[in-house]
Amino acid sequence: MIRYLHQLGSAPRFYSFSTSLLPWLSAACIVLLLAGLYGGLVMAPTDYQQGDSYRIIYIHVPSAWMSLFIYMVMAAAGVVGLVWHIKLAEIISISSAPIGAAFAFLALVTGSLWGKPMWGAWWVWDARLTSELLLLFLYLGVIALYGAIEDKRNASRAAAILALVGVVNIPIIHYSVEWWNTLHQGPTVTKFDAPSIHVSMLVPLLLMALAFKLYYAIAVLLRARCELLVRERNSAWAAELVTERVKGKS
Amino acid sequence: MNQTSLSNAFYQLFRRDLLLAFRHRAEAANPPLFFVLVITLFALGLGAESQLLKSMAPGVIWVAALLAAVLSLDSIFRSDFEDGSLEQFLITEHPLAILVLSKVAAHWLITGVPLLLVAPLLGVLLGLPSGAMATLMITLALGTPVLSLIGAIAVALTVGLRRGGVILSLLVLPLYVPVLIFATSAVETSTAGIPVVGQLSMLAAFLAGAITLAPPAVAAALRVSMN
Amino acid sequence: MTLSEFFHMGGYAFYVWTAYGITLVVLLINILLPMQQHHKQLNRIARRVRRQRRNL
Repeated sequence: MIRYLHQLGSAPRFYSFSTSLLPWLSAACIVLLLAGLYGGLVMAPTDYQQGDSYRIIYIHVPSAWMSLFIYMVMAAAGVVGLVWHIKLAEIISISSAPIGAAFAFLALVTGSLWGKPMWGAWWVWDARLTSELLLLFLYLGVIALYGAIEDKRNASRAAAILALVGVVNIPIIHYSVEWWNTLHQGPTVTKFDAPSIHVSMLVPLLLMALAFKLYYAIAVLLRARCELLVRERNSAWAAELVTERVKGKS
Repeated sequence: MNQTSLSNAFYQLFRRDLLLAFRHRAEAANPPLFFVLVITLFALGLGAESQLLKSMAPGVIWVAALLAAVLSLDSIFRSDFEDGSLEQFLITEHPLAILVLSKVAAHWLITGVPLLLVAPLLGVLLGLPSGAMATLMITLALGTPVLSLIGAIAVALTVGLRRGGVILSLLVLPLYVPVLIFATSAVETSTAGIPVVGQLSMLAAFLAGAITLAPPAVAAALRVSMN
Repeated sequence: MTLSEFFHMGGYAFYVWTAYGITLVVLLINILLPMQQHHKQLNRIARRVRRQRRNL
């Protein structure tokens, strides 16, 4: 009974809280993004080996980081939802999946666009690219499973279990692929990660990483609010919310 | 109602599954048949050049084994789900994870072991040297139970779905990658006559990990699916 | 550095700007799609509330 009240209470509170939080997050995200882009595209010097093509790093690396980070968040929120039956955690978990998949996709596409001038091929079975591809498949599995189950509460719990299995497997997959890659490394593959990166290149990278984190916060809040409204469409607070909006307009 | 001990419940369930499989003997022939068919298609698709086939043999055999394993996964819980005995497992006094382990063991015996038995034949077809044949058998013996155990998690998650088959392969194949990598590498290296203890111990480690971690995950997934 | 030099990206313009362009599009879609759905859902709830009021 207490848990039930707790759930009902937290949904509208989360909604109004996120409404007041979103403008601040958006402003901070845009400022960081502009600063990172200016630093990365204009201020940072040209790389002596790769020319200007290395500037893709400022979206490629943060995307790859985010794809992994979001998977962890998704699994952690999934566990919270599974163990304590907290509806909000379930929603955060499943709302993260498409965003994480988008970042995995971006890491692959930008990696490919960076690889073409550097390796001379759009795709190379490089260890990191291959792991990223498998991560994308893991995301798509979670999304497909969630979409296939009719009852959305059950669906989010099933997706959480799958995400958890994925988390256990990600390090194993990653190291297997890395090991496989050292075994089969072709002559075209050249490792070009510099041992140390200059500060003027590093600062924009960190700014972009931070901006992407904030972007994720914004995107996940937007998705979670939407999902919350869909699930609670017949609740009193949703009706109240709508009438207040109408009053505010007229 | 009689109280049965856990080991007895494990054994009874195991026996029941084997008996059921024995009564549907024709079905058990499907995975190895599929296995052989895929290999034949590869030979036809790649051409009869024996050197090419030989160099591709470890990977081709293992990928075919993965696909055969995925194809047979659906039958782990399907009939129990349809006749309602799965719900009975959920409410017994025995830990569900142990019952799951019994079911997976029976399933592996029915679908995994036939793959092992036809593998030497396929090795011969693709011209695998006899030194690598033993390694192939060991990797299959260590690897296919892992496939069954990991696959059982995905099956448990999709058991209630009408069209779970396509999703099942999407869920399960990325998780099979480590087994594939180490197994093919072991077979490939042993073709060159180099010892493969490292790869085999990795596979054994995967098996140990899967036996301990997968059954609780399957049990949790079944509870969600049957909710 | 001139503006045309900036857009030229030392000859890598195609790769760099395609990467940034695709990223921009994907990130925008991930913001706009939920916003649009949110709006739709609010309208749907509003219609239901109005219908219920009329029936009272």
